[in-house]
Amino acid sequence: MRRDRDAVPEALNLLDDRRPGQREAALALLDALESKISRSEAKPSGAVLRDAPRIGLTGAPGSGKSTLLDALVRALRKRNETVGIVAVDPSSRVSGGALLGDRARVRAGAGDRGVFLRSMAARERLGGLADATWPSVAVLAAVFDRVFVETVGVGQSEAEVAGLVDTLVFVAQPGAGDVLQFMKAGILEHPDVFAVNKADLGAVAERTASELQAALAMSARDATGWQRPVLLVSARDGRGIGELVAVLDAHRAHLVASGALAERRKRARSSFALDALERRYGTFGIERLGGREAVRARLLAEPEGGGNAFGLGLAREIEAALGKSR
Amino acid sequence: MTLPHRDPPWVFRTYSGHTSARASNELYRLNLTKGQTGLSIAFDLPTQTGYDSDHPLARGEVGKVGVPICHLEDMQALFEGIPLGRMNTSMTINATAAWLLALYVAAAERQGADPKTLAGTTQNDIIKEYLSRGTYAFPPEPSLRLISDLIAYSVDAMPKWNPINICSYHLQEAGATPVQEIAYAMANAIAVLDAVRARPDVPKQALPRVVGRISFFLNAGIRFVEELCKCRAMGELWDEITRERYGVEDATLRRFRYGVQVNSLGLTESQPENNIIRIVLEALGVTLSRDARCRALQLPAWNEALGLPRPWDQQWSLRIQQVLALETDLLEYGDLFNGSPVVAAKVADLKRTAREEMERVLAMGGAVAAVENAYMKRRLVESQTARLRAIEHGELQVIGLNCFTETAASALVEGARSILRIDEFAERDQIEQLHAFRARRNDADVQAALTSLRDALANGQNVMPPSIRAAHAGVTTGEWAGVFRSLYGEYRAPTGVAVSVAPAADEALTGLREQIRRLGERLGRPPKMLIGKPGLDGHSNGAEQIAVRARDVGMEVVYEGIRLTPGEIVSSARDEGVHVIGLSILSGSHGVLVVDVLEGLRKAGLERIPVVVGGIIPEDDAAKLRAAGVARVYTPKDFDLNAIFGEIAQLVAESAAA
Repeated sequence: MRRDRDAVPEALNLLDDRRPGQREAALALLDALESKISRSEAKPSGAVLRDAPRIGLTGAPGSGKSTLLDALVRALRKRNETVGIVAVDPSSRVSGGALLGDRARVRAGAGDRGVFLRSMAARERLGGLADATWPSVAVLAAVFDRVFVETVGVGQSEAEVAGLVDTLVFVAQPGAGDVLQFMKAGILEHPDVFAVNKADLGAVAERTASELQAALAMSARDATGWQRPVLLVSARDGRGIGELVAVLDAHRAHLVASGALAERRKRARSSFALDALERRYGTFGIERLGGREAVRARLLAEPEGGGNAFGLGLAREIEAALGKSR
Repeated sequence: MTLPHRDPPWVFRTYSGHTSARASNELYRLNLTKGQTGLSIAFDLPTQTGYDSDHPLARGEVGKVGVPICHLEDMQALFEGIPLGRMNTSMTINATAAWLLALYVAAAERQGADPKTLAGTTQNDIIKEYLSRGTYAFPPEPSLRLISDLIAYSVDAMPKWNPINICSYHLQEAGATPVQEIAYAMANAIAVLDAVRARPDVPKQALPRVVGRISFFLNAGIRFVEELCKCRAMGELWDEITRERYGVEDATLRRFRYGVQVNSLGLTESQPENNIIRIVLEALGVTLSRDARCRALQLPAWNEALGLPRPWDQQWSLRIQQVLALETDLLEYGDLFNGSPVVAAKVADLKRTAREEMERVLAMGGAVAAVENAYMKRRLVESQTARLRAIEHGELQVIGLNCFTETAASALVEGARSILRIDEFAERDQIEQLHAFRARRNDADVQAALTSLRDALANGQNVMPPSIRAAHAGVTTGEWAGVFRSLYGEYRAPTGVAVSVAPAADEALTGLREQIRRLGERLGRPPKMLIGKPGLDGHSNGAEQIAVRARDVGMEVVYEGIRLTPGEIVSSARDEGVHVIGLSILSGSHGVLVVDVLEGLRKAGLERIPVVVGGIIPEDDAAKLRAAGVARVYTPKDFDLNAIFGEIAQLVAESAAA
C-alpha cells in the first residue's frame, strides 16, 4: 500500500461495491489502511501514510458551496497542497438515478493530478451522505494533503457530516431571516466555522454575518474550547479565502492540541462500522450483540487495524449468533 | 403592365463562413451575385471564444462552423472586393464582439470607408450564451461591461450600426416556449439597457437614441400562426417597456426591429427534403404580418441536420426568400391581421403571460441574477424535456421522424456528397499564416496597444477606441481576449440539469428502470455515466437532455458541461469510476476530438469503458468513429431516448462481463 494516486479510483470503486464478497474486501482494505496511517503531524515517508485534515462543507442549495470550494482549491494549489474531494448529491426517489453536478462548477484542477474529485449519489440515505462517503474520505486522506466533503445541507445532514469530518464549515447565503431558519433547523449546533458567502453583495452579507454572530454569542465556544468564527468570504472576488484557509489550519491545530482529533476520528470510524453492520445484519443482528449502544461501545474500544477493526470481528460474532438462533 | 406599389423587401442573408477568410470571401461574393442583399458572418468557435487558431483548445475546430479571424489581415481578406461602406453586415459574435467590431472598423478604415457609414449588426448578446449557445468567455459582469462599451461607443461613432441583437433565437433552440422566448428576451434587453443607463458617459438625453438602436434576433418555429402572434406581441411589449421604463417619447425609437433565423431545432435528419417545406412555412410566420415583419431574414439549408450545407443548398434557401418577396404579392398589402379577433386574443394572451414571467425574473434581480441562480436555464431544460417527451410519445407529430416514416429513397441525398466537407488542411494552413503574421508585425506596437487596452480597462474607459488601435497594430484575437481572461478569469455557467424534476409515473420508463436496477446489482453499484462536450462547441442542449434522461432511467450521471479537453474527460472518467462515457459534439470536430479521447483512454488502461457519441455526424464519419472504437454513434434521427438507454445498458453489461 503506497501513497499512490493511480490506485485511488479503483479503491473507491471497491468501497462502493455492494456485492457480498467485495464488501469484506473493502473492510479489509480500510483495516489495512488504518494500520499504516501515521498519527503524527510530521510529513510521512516511506510506507507510512499521512492522515490529512478532513473538512466538511455544507449549506443550502444556492449558497455557493461549489464555487467557494473552487476558490479554496485554487488557493491550496497555489500553496502546493494536493486536494481530494468527495461531493455528495441526493438521488431521485423516483428513479434511483442522480445528477452529480459539481464537475461543471469545480473547475480548479480539471486535468491537474494534484486534485481528485469523486462525486457520489446519496442513494437511499436521506441525509447529505452516502454509505461510501466515510471510507472514501479515509482513502483520500491517506493520499492527498487535504480532503473536502461537499454536501447539500438539509438540517439533519449537518449533524451527520459533523460526525464524519474534523472541521465542519457551514456556508451561509446572505439574506434576511435566514439566521432564524438556521436556528430553527438546529444547524447552528454543529459547524466549527461559519462562512457567509457572496460578501461582494456588501451590506446584506454583513448583516447576515452579524446576525449569525449574535445568534452564536451564547455558544460561541464549543465543548473543546474552540471559538467558532464567522467569516465573510466571496468566491467571486476572492475576499476572505486566505482567512478561511488560515482558520481551517487553526482549527486543525486546536483539535490536535486538545486531543479532540483522535476522539472525533474514533467516533466517526465506529459510526461507519455500526452503520455497515446494521445494513448487513439488520436490527435483528445488532440485537444479538446487545443492541446499538452496546455495539457502538465495543466498536469504540476496538484497536486500530489488525484484522478485526471496522466490525469485522463483530460481524463474525453476529454470524455465529445468527447461526445458532436459526 | 403596371404593378401596384410594393414595400421594399427585408434584407436577404445567409449565415455562412468556413475554412478560411479567403474561402469565405469567395462564398460571400458568389452569394451577392445571386441576389443576397446582406452578409451574415459565421465565425469559427476559437474566434467566438477568443482563442487564436494555434491554441490547444482550438484543435479540430479551426474553420469548422465558421471562418477563423485571428487578426486584421484575416478581416481584410474576408471583405476583399466588398466595399464595407455600402454593405450591410451581420456578425454572429458575442463574447468577443467588441474585438471583431474593432477589426471590422479597422478593415473598413483601410478600405477608406468612414465608420459613420457602416451598417450592420454585432450580435453582442452574452446572456443567451450562458443559457443556450455556450460561447461565452468571461463572467457576466465584465461581459456586460464589454457589451455596454460597444453600445455606448457606436451610438455616436457608428450611428447606422445595430450594436446589439438581443437573441431569443437560441432560447427557442434550447426549448423555450413562445412565452419564455418573449419574457427572457425582454428581461435580457432590460438588463442591457439598465447597464447602459447607469454609465456616466451616456447622458440622459442620449438614452432614447440608444433604445432606438437596440434590435432583436428571433426564432420562427413550425407553429407559424403562434409565431406570427409572438412577433406582434413582442412589438407591443417593447413599445410599452421602452415608454414606461426608459421614458422614450419618440414612437419611431420605440419600434421593435428584428431579424430572424428560422428554426433549426425542428429540422429532421430523416426525410430531410421535408425541411424545405418547414422552412417556407416558418418564413411566412415572420413576413406575413406587415406590422410585425422582420427586417432581415436568414433561412437554414434543408440538409443542416446532415452536416454543413453546400453553396447550392444555401442558394435554394435564398431563392425561397426571393420568390416570397419579389414574385408573390405579399409586399403589396397593408397588415392582413389588424382587426382579427383571433389574432388579437392570442397576442393579448401571450403578452399577459410573458409579462408575468418577465416580472418573476425582474423580481429575482433581473436576467443576470436569473442566469446565476440557474432559474431561466432550469425552465428551458424543463420545456425541452417536455417537448422531447411529447415527440417520443407521438403527441407531437414530426412527419418522417415519429410518424409517416415510410419513404422512397430520397433523390436529394447522395451519401457523403450531400454536404460540404471542410478541407482537412485548413487548420494547418491557417496556423502557418498566423505564425507568419506574428513574425512580420511590429512587436513594440503590439505591446503598446495591449498596454493601453489594459489601462483603459483599469481606468473604466471605453475599450472600443484602444481595441480599434490594437487591431491596426496587429494584435491577435487570442491576445485581445487574453487581456480580459487574465483580469477576470474563466467562467462556468450553471447547467440547470441538476434541478430539473424526474417524472414519477412514466410507463415507458418502468421497464428500463428495472433493467438498469438489475444491471446495478450485477455491477455492485448503479451504473455511472460521464457526459461531456469536448472542444469549444457550447451547444449543450442535447447533452443536457441526455443527462436528465440518464438520471430518470436510474443511472448516476456525472455531467461535465462544455469546453473540455480530451485529457480532462479521460481523467474524470478514471477518477469518477464511470461505466460508460457519452460525448456530444455538434461542431463537426468529432473526428479529431473523439479519437483523442479514445487514445487517452487506451493510454490510461481504461479502454474497457464504452464510449458513445451523439451529434450531427455524417454516416461515413460515423463508420470511421465506430472503426476507431466508438461503441455507438447517435444522430438527430435517434429521437427515442429510451431506446438509446436500453442500448447503453446493454453495452455496460457486455463490458462488465468481458
